[in-house]
Amino acid sequence: MARYIKFILPLIIFGVMVAFLWRGLSLNPREVPSPLINKAAPSFKLSQLHDFQVSFTPEEMQGKVWLLNVWASWCVACRAEHPLLMDVARRKEVPLYGLNYKDAPKDAKQWLQQHGNPYKLSVVDYDGRVGIDYGVYGVPETFVIDKQGIIRHKVIGPVTRKSLSEDVMPLVRELEKG
Amino acid sequence: MSRLYKSIVIFFIAMIISLLGMVLVFAPVYAKQATPMAEDPVLEEQVKAVSDELRCLVCQNQTIADSSAPLAVDLKTQVREMLSAGKTKVEILDYMVERYGDFVRYRPPVKPTTMLLWFGPMLFLVIGGSFLFLSLKRRSKRIASASASTLSEDESKQDR
Repeated sequence: MARYIKFILPLIIFGVMVAFLWRGLSLNPREVPSPLINKAAPSFKLSQLHDFQVSFTPEEMQGKVWLLNVWASWCVACRAEHPLLMDVARRKEVPLYGLNYKDAPKDAKQWLQQHGNPYKLSVVDYDGRVGIDYGVYGVPETFVIDKQGIIRHKVIGPVTRKSLSEDVMPLVRELEKG
Repeated sequence: MSRLYKSIVIFFIAMIISLLGMVLVFAPVYAKQATPMAEDPVLEEQVKAVSDELRCLVCQNQTIADSSAPLAVDLKTQVREMLSAGKTKVEILDYMVERYGDFVRYRPPVKPTTMLLWFGPMLFLVIGGSFLFLSLKRRSKRIASASASTLSEDESKQDR
């Protein structure tokens, strides 16, 4: 028996290592779990993109479930998710607000004119300060915020048909009930 | 026996010397990468010290001190401002962790979930070292007994 263990033990260790490494291959290192989940959405007061004189703060959304999408005209992946956001806007199930991140307002407006504007409104985070408060590191990012102003979910990178229909929208419906 | 100890000691000394050599060879390369913003050299030194502890989340295998990604530049600005506002290094690191999570720290904190990360290598070294030690000991014993006995006896022993 002892003689067999000598051969079997390394094989078992090898098997365990392969299992771990194999699992590691399918993980996305870009998806860092946000510490902001289940915490209050950081407050801010920023000018609206289309009306600079008027500001917007998240406190105005108390009592509503809403989505905050971080976007920029220079962001290539934002173009990929854009049709899906247009779809969200069309269905009117949940209000979608934009945080225009480190972008020239002129470019941002032109981008919306060219591709369509899915947002109720966008606010201008010109120097990226609010982005830091929200732990933004890979535009686009999308936050689901509940009626109490708590962040419930965060999508890093472009939303997909799958992440919308399996994660975001079911969560929105559930939060609406609560 | 003494020969066994000697060879193990020599092995470790050789490893330490080669590691030191690597550090000496590569250290100047790293030293050049910092690009201070001049003005207040003392402050810049502190900014460098803090940003060496922070991971650039866009380019995950760099610190924000080494990176010139836009986010890294923004975070360095943030660090600089917080330092001039009198914040301590610990306060700034906490501020970053609050927003970006533990992953933003280039040296992860020691806590229950990171125990394996911190002490795993040591554990493996101990396990491997004891295996090596035991098998070498057994081997030297076998060699000693083999030279003491006749060749034919030795062969029959090995067959078992």
